[in-house]
Amino acid sequence: MQDEDSFALVDALAANLEAWQRCPPRLCLEVGCGSGYVVCSLALLLRQAGAAAQLLATDVNPRAAAATAQTLAAHQVRDRVDIVLADLASALLPSIAGLVDVLVFNPPYVPTPDEEVERGGIAAAWAGGERGRRVADRLLRLVPALLSPRGEMFLVAVHENDPPELMQLMEAAGFEARVALQRSADEERLTILHFRRRPGETAGAAAAAAAGGAAAAGAAGAAPAPE
Amino acid sequence: MKLLTHNMLQCHIKGVKNGYPLKIEAEKVEEREQDYEPDFLRHIFPRINWDALREGAAAMGIDDLPESASEELLEDDEFLKKFHHALLEVHLEEGALVCPETGRKFPVSDGIPNLLLQEDEC
Repeated sequence: MQDEDSFALVDALAANLEAWQRCPPRLCLEVGCGSGYVVCSLALLLRQAGAAAQLLATDVNPRAAAATAQTLAAHQVRDRVDIVLADLASALLPSIAGLVDVLVFNPPYVPTPDEEVERGGIAAAWAGGERGRRVADRLLRLVPALLSPRGEMFLVAVHENDPPELMQLMEAAGFEARVALQRSADEERLTILHFRRRPGETAGAAAAAAAGGAAAAGAAGAAPAPE
Repeated sequence: MKLLTHNMLQCHIKGVKNGYPLKIEAEKVEEREQDYEPDFLRHIFPRINWDALREGAAAMGIDDLPESASEELLEDDEFLKKFHHALLEVHLEEGALVCPETGRKFPVSDGIPNLLLQEDEC
């Protein structure tokens, strides 16, 4: 059951292969790479698309980083992907701002008491706090700063995370939002959301809009200030 | 860790203003061949901090990068190959990244830099 979300995410990425053949992404980032299955699949897909791309993956868990390294090595794509132990994109901003063409995030989305989000360890892989949104919302505030002018993001959500509201938030921040894939798995209803910068929208305007959107959601401000 | 990644990392400890670039302390460096992709290099070049790349490369034993680089050099195959090698083929496997302001060391182990902060640092 715990892998269904990753499978759905990779299926949504694979459906984008033709677009990436036409217009290859150059820099990709997965936040929270876990076992490495998703970033490894993305690296393989991009190789298949003939894209000259480099990838980055972050995680807060050293064991996840090590597992990702092993997964990548087993598929001969270790040298395409650098792994960084960091919280979300914290050590990468601001120098990576405006550079990420494809951003992928399978957040800890299970609704839990907020305290569990802070507990660390293995709980960080799933504990999502109120509505399962605590961690996802933190990254979404950084997205307008992270993405390149052509940038796009794939985000895993479950029903409890309120996907329609996530789409509204990102639309207010200057993005086009669509449901890339929907799937029921055991008790979960999985949605893969796909956001891309609205054509003509500059990063600055999008960041300003995101500040407004995030404020409406009760958040503290815009990217890229770390918490 | 490649120098491409090093070019995008900074010390993000609360209150630090000059946390970039991180100084490289190299204990083990590996050079591994990677496909030569001029498209990628031309795309990324304008966003690379040249001084940080050159300094990082020097710390890893690569000292053939020109002191400064401009976009005209991107037509020069010899330059592109040096840029490619420094940016993507030289890996820091063991060592540390050091914050230029605080001296805080972020360890690099098995090629993975650890930029996680302690509670009192964030």
